Amino acid sequence: MTRWKVLLEIARTHLLTRMKSTTTASLGVTFGIGAYITLVSFMTGLNRMLDDLILNQTPHIHLYNEIEPSEQQPVTLYLEPESAFHVVHSVKPRQSQKKIHNAYPILQYLKEDPAVKGATPQLRAQIFYLSGSIELGGNLTGIDIMEEVRLSNIRDYIIEGTPEALDNNESGILLGAGLARKMSLSTGDRIQVSTVKGAVFPLKIVGLYQSGIADIDNVQGFAGLKTVQRILGEPRNYITDINVKLLNINKAPAMALQLKRLFKVKATDINEANAQFETGSDIRNLITYSVSVTLLIVAGFGIYNILNMLIYEKMKDIAILKATGFSGGDVQFIFISQAIIIGLAGGILGLLLGFMLSRFIDGIAFETEALPTITTYPINYNPWFYIIGLSFALLSTFIAGFLPADKARKIDPVKIIRGS
Amino acid sequence: MAVVLKADHIDKYFKKPVAFHVLKDICFDIKRGEFASIMGKSGSGKSTLLYILSTMDTDYTGALYFNNELVTGQSHEKLSGIRNRHIGFVFQFHYLLSEFSVLENVMLPAKKLGEKSYQEIEYDAIEKLKMLHIDHLAKKRASQISGGEKQRVAIARALINNPSILMGDEPTGNLDSYNSENVFSIFKQLKEEQGLSLLVVTHDIDFAERTDRIIQLEDGRVVN
Repeated sequence: MTRWKVLLEIARTHLLTRMKSTTTASLGVTFGIGAYITLVSFMTGLNRMLDDLILNQTPHIHLYNEIEPSEQQPVTLYLEPESAFHVVHSVKPRQSQKKIHNAYPILQYLKEDPAVKGATPQLRAQIFYLSGSIELGGNLTGIDIMEEVRLSNIRDYIIEGTPEALDNNESGILLGAGLARKMSLSTGDRIQVSTVKGAVFPLKIVGLYQSGIADIDNVQGFAGLKTVQRILGEPRNYITDINVKLLNINKAPAMALQLKRLFKVKATDINEANAQFETGSDIRNLITYSVSVTLLIVAGFGIYNILNMLIYEKMKDIAILKATGFSGGDVQFIFISQAIIIGLAGGILGLLLGFMLSRFIDGIAFETEALPTITTYPINYNPWFYIIGLSFALLSTFIAGFLPADKARKIDPVKIIRGS
Repeated sequence: MAVVLKADHIDKYFKKPVAFHVLKDICFDIKRGEFASIMGKSGSGKSTLLYILSTMDTDYTGALYFNNELVTGQSHEKLSGIRNRHIGFVFQFHYLLSEFSVLENVMLPAKKLGEKSYQEIEYDAIEKLKMLHIDHLAKKRASQISGGEKQRVAIARALINNPSILMGDEPTGNLDSYNSENVFSIFKQLKEEQGLSLLVVTHDIDFAERTDRIIQLEDGRVVN
């Protein structure tokens, strides 16, 4: 125990008497780690924000019926495939219903699945918004608003009014902000919608919805599921889409495939819908890490340099320590511990610096229509970044200190003592 | 009388820059309480011999015994331990750690040995300094004291672990006659009062003649 103490004492004295180079070396590490923490917090914060922007509006699995031609045309059933060649002109899509068959049992099945966080029914309808004699084409989606609030961040996109208001009002509508602007409407006003078949219904605007994507905001409205079923004149089991949210997003592709087979519906999973998204995140992470590693390597060279010079300067001291009974290992320990102390001090300061810079960036105003809930730049305060940062500081200083320390271990005291 | 140090047929070659037979069949021993000096012309190999005897140089043939124990071929760790415990060293140049205080310099080998508590070591160190009449320097930085004082601090450091033998490589070579005399009388006193063995390399004939025994080296051979 005393052995380590005396070695550390020598290391400390070396560091304290050469405060200038100690500080320089530590600052190198501080800036490296500080930059790493700032970069990685900011980059991953941005990544998460962008992910939220797209992914949270997309269900993990989307079930619906698609209008498409039959895979098997009648003629192929009639003729033996190998004996004949057939050509069918102007194939028409198969006559089928838009609604999902047995939607409620499917919903029930999904809700009982432990891997599913929740499943919500939707009814998507093409309608016209009437403003005087002007008809604006658009979509009206019937939703179970409180389930949507629980499973997605739709609440963030309701810029006026509340989801509860829609839940409480049988004939309420959440109108797209673009639509409202076009028609000079605001919360509390009435709007008339007309179905494709011509029936006209009055609805009360209980709130405004803004996703930040203009193409959606100019056409979209939300109303209660029952309300839309009533407008369309369809029964209570008429549901065109089911959105599924899973506990583990990675299970989406497998599960989509399974649901497709089980219920004979179309099922798309989130990866299929947003394949390009991961790539962007990966590249941003790659940039962050390569910049940080470069900074730390530069800091490592600084430490290597300073320790090398220190060892040349302390040649006589090393010889005398060895002559009075300190072993090569002891001497190596003295210098490695100096490197690690520099790494630790610089690293911890770097974490602080990184944290303060992150806080600073976190406070800078950043407002965008696309993200009504975001007011400042996003920062990800993941404690893992701090653990990784400190480990990296210690690792790089250890490597930088090891080579000079190993040289000190090998110094032959006889040569030094005789040489002078 | 007990033999502290025994050299048995020690040979050493320098390989660089040209092959050279430095030490030829060296055989002698040092007894407890003996004050011996090694004399010889420049290049006769006297310092080389001392570094072999001090266990710092391990590149030789033959055998070296310390308190009747074979030292030759031991690991470097073990040899460091032997130096720390049993050998005190005084050099021509004073070789103190300039960033540490005088007291810390003296205490360092004892801290490395780690057999005593900090307070005991500090007490011992101050005793040694008192014995050498330099206890008033204890708190000074090693770089702030004079050459003669430095050499006495180095002696105090060499004595801190109560070694079996004190070795000196021209310990007075860099000192004026007053300080040389001072160092000599300290050595004499250590031998007489504490029964310490001493082995000193010197080319100062006056110094050597006052020791118990002179080991004369000529061209790498003991001639007397």
